[in-house]
Amino acid sequence: MSRKLLTLFILFIIPALVIAGCRPSTPATSPAGGAPAQPVVETVEVVRTVVVTVEVPVPGEAPAATPQVKIEVAQAPGFGDTLKAVQARGNVICGVNGQLPGFSFLDPQGNFSGFDADFCRALAAAIFGDPSKVEFRATTTQERFTVLQTGEIDVLMRNTTWTLVRDTELGLNFTATTFYDGQGIMVPKDSGIASLQDLEGGTICVQKGTTTELNLADVMATEGISYTPAVFDDVNATYGAYAEGRCDAVTSDKSQLSSVAKGLLPDPDNHVILDVTLSKEPLGPVVRHGDDQWLDIVKWTIFATFAAEEYGISSANVDEIRSSTENPELKRLLGLEGDLGAKLGLSNDFAYNIIKLVGNYSEIYDRSLGENTPTFIPRGLNSLYTNGGLLYSPPFR
Amino acid sequence: MNNRRLLISHAVPFWRDERFLKALGQAIFLLALALILGYFIRNMLGNLRQQGLGLGFDFLRLTAGFDIGEHLIPYSRSHTYLQAFAVGLLNTALVSGLGILLATLLGVIFGVAQLSGNFLVRSAARGYIELLRNLPLLVLLIFLYSTVFIQFPRVREAIILPGPVYLTNRGVAIPWGTPTDTFSTYLQILGAGLILALLVAVGLSWYGKRSGRPPLTLFWAALTFLLAAATGWLLLPNPPLEANLPAVQGLRLAGGLQLSPEFMALLSGLSIYTSAFIADVVRAGIQSVSRGQVEAAKSLGLTGFQTLRLVVFPQALRVIIPPLTSQYLNLTKNSSLAVAIGYPELFHVSGTVLNQSGRAVEVIALVMAVYLSISLFTSALMNLYNRRVRLVER
Repeated sequence: MSRKLLTLFILFIIPALVIAGCRPSTPATSPAGGAPAQPVVETVEVVRTVVVTVEVPVPGEAPAATPQVKIEVAQAPGFGDTLKAVQARGNVICGVNGQLPGFSFLDPQGNFSGFDADFCRALAAAIFGDPSKVEFRATTTQERFTVLQTGEIDVLMRNTTWTLVRDTELGLNFTATTFYDGQGIMVPKDSGIASLQDLEGGTICVQKGTTTELNLADVMATEGISYTPAVFDDVNATYGAYAEGRCDAVTSDKSQLSSVAKGLLPDPDNHVILDVTLSKEPLGPVVRHGDDQWLDIVKWTIFATFAAEEYGISSANVDEIRSSTENPELKRLLGLEGDLGAKLGLSNDFAYNIIKLVGNYSEIYDRSLGENTPTFIPRGLNSLYTNGGLLYSPPFR
Repeated sequence: MNNRRLLISHAVPFWRDERFLKALGQAIFLLALALILGYFIRNMLGNLRQQGLGLGFDFLRLTAGFDIGEHLIPYSRSHTYLQAFAVGLLNTALVSGLGILLATLLGVIFGVAQLSGNFLVRSAARGYIELLRNLPLLVLLIFLYSTVFIQFPRVREAIILPGPVYLTNRGVAIPWGTPTDTFSTYLQILGAGLILALLVAVGLSWYGKRSGRPPLTLFWAALTFLLAAATGWLLLPNPPLEANLPAVQGLRLAGGLQLSPEFMALLSGLSIYTSAFIADVVRAGIQSVSRGQVEAAKSLGLTGFQTLRLVVFPQALRVIIPPLTSQYLNLTKNSSLAVAIGYPELFHVSGTVLNQSGRAVEVIALVMAVYLSISLFTSALMNLYNRRVRLVER
């Protein structure tokens, strides 16, 4: 009899526990596991108020409590949460391509290297003063936005094109453009194809889930050229099929075409990139909506590399300039004057760390894409505005 | 009896009544399940809302914006996501349907061959099955794609088999027919032929039951249909189909029916992989028929073929059908491995849709629902058939 009573007791306990467990606890905002160090009860209160006050904002209640100031961002992963989580974790989780020579790929030593990878290091240098505090996550085109949205990575540095839909509907923020690219078409030299019209009825290899795929469809529809797309899941499969002659042509961003042509094709000299540009492709780091502080940090990390190149500061001479300069703008940039770093939630010498430990934009560019590398791409649009390019940093003030 | 129950229910208070407790236990289990599910869904919706993402299927009506290489229905970039899904679904259906046919054919052949008295035939069949059954399907698909179908010569150096059938790394082109203006009339003739064949089948089986000597019903019915089809073809003023032969046109193949390397690799991979499993299912089914049945058939004077057709197969089928069903389901679901080689079936297309629309939850839910529906539908058909062939016990 007592056993039955016990069963009955347990049967009532279980739902009670389940119901208790269902109470809204801390909103699952903390990206990648770093929990905000707030008492649970208080957080619950905030969540409740969000639902009410955001719908009907009552100005009179504003002075009631400081947490309410943060209400508008509390809808999304809260302001400052990403930096807090990153600092608690001790590294930046950076989503990269991982298969793209010159941008991000595994070098023979087993380290990620390339243009995008170096910007991840610059971010780590800005936050920790140590460029090695990066965890690289290779992502596919298909999963890249989901892993960012769900907070598995802190920032996506993966040759991702800035578009309106991605900026809005996907809940992402594009920070600043690190590489201005355009979509091109590569064909074998001996094919005799010289223009888009020559591709009539042909097959074109393209990577799945990219803006490239959409641009190709747009341009071919506009030009009235019929073609068959052969769509593959990743870089290696796409260019592998192209190398085997599965397609008449392959299309992608020109930077990718030239770096891959040199890195992945067995006979790089037998392929040419046609002199047509199908689209604008501004590529740059992406973060989640909602944490504006994090957005600012990533943005100004990039601007710091632009500014450093503009003022002629490189990793070689940064110490010398820092000790001798009288230029107030340089003093602010290098953290000798003002509190620019503190405003971002970083140490005041964050830009100094970036330049000293990773380098300015031209150093980063030349290391991976410069003339002495196998993946050389001319600077072109990616020069400073003073040299006819598009790189322009807002003032450090 | 009734009295006793009344007595018990009065004597035992409801919280100690076993029937009540059992029902209560189930109710609480269901409640807990619903609460847990509700918690997960709430959590998901909450997270989506926090990221400013909605949940809904309205995006399916938006313009897809991308092209798909192979489509059975008209499709271009200006069609909607929903139509892109339909294209993928039809491609899945095509490759699964053909795959099931081929796998069954191969499977039955190899299954019977395993029981052959000839040592060479038996060992060859055994080797085929053991080899294929023990390879991962993904490896097999990538092997077939990257070392067989894409390694065919380029278009200019195409291998031309009689027919002509062109083997190139852009795909395989086979002769095909283009419908002419008499095609619809011919379809009606075929329909009439089918009805005639059915009548013959019904008539023969009625005769068979009456006389006790069943004739080859299927054979005669098929012959009737073929005769009708041939007569129709010859009677029409001009043939309903005109030959469309493939040929090399410049750098490309033109005409005929062109099968892409991705399709060929997927179809052949799925068929031969699944056929190895089906072969074992068939062997097990045949071996499950007791030897006494065969001996009895022989002593009645039935020939070897008659024994198989009238005694062994009808009894083996009821053992074969259920595991065969799950092989068919496997084949259909395995077709999603086509993502690895780039054939635009449902999962491949939905990957693109997911990426272009950013609707991960909805797209994955839709894909799961579609695969579930296909599987349940296949299952239902096979169960229907199973009910017909199973042993009726008296």
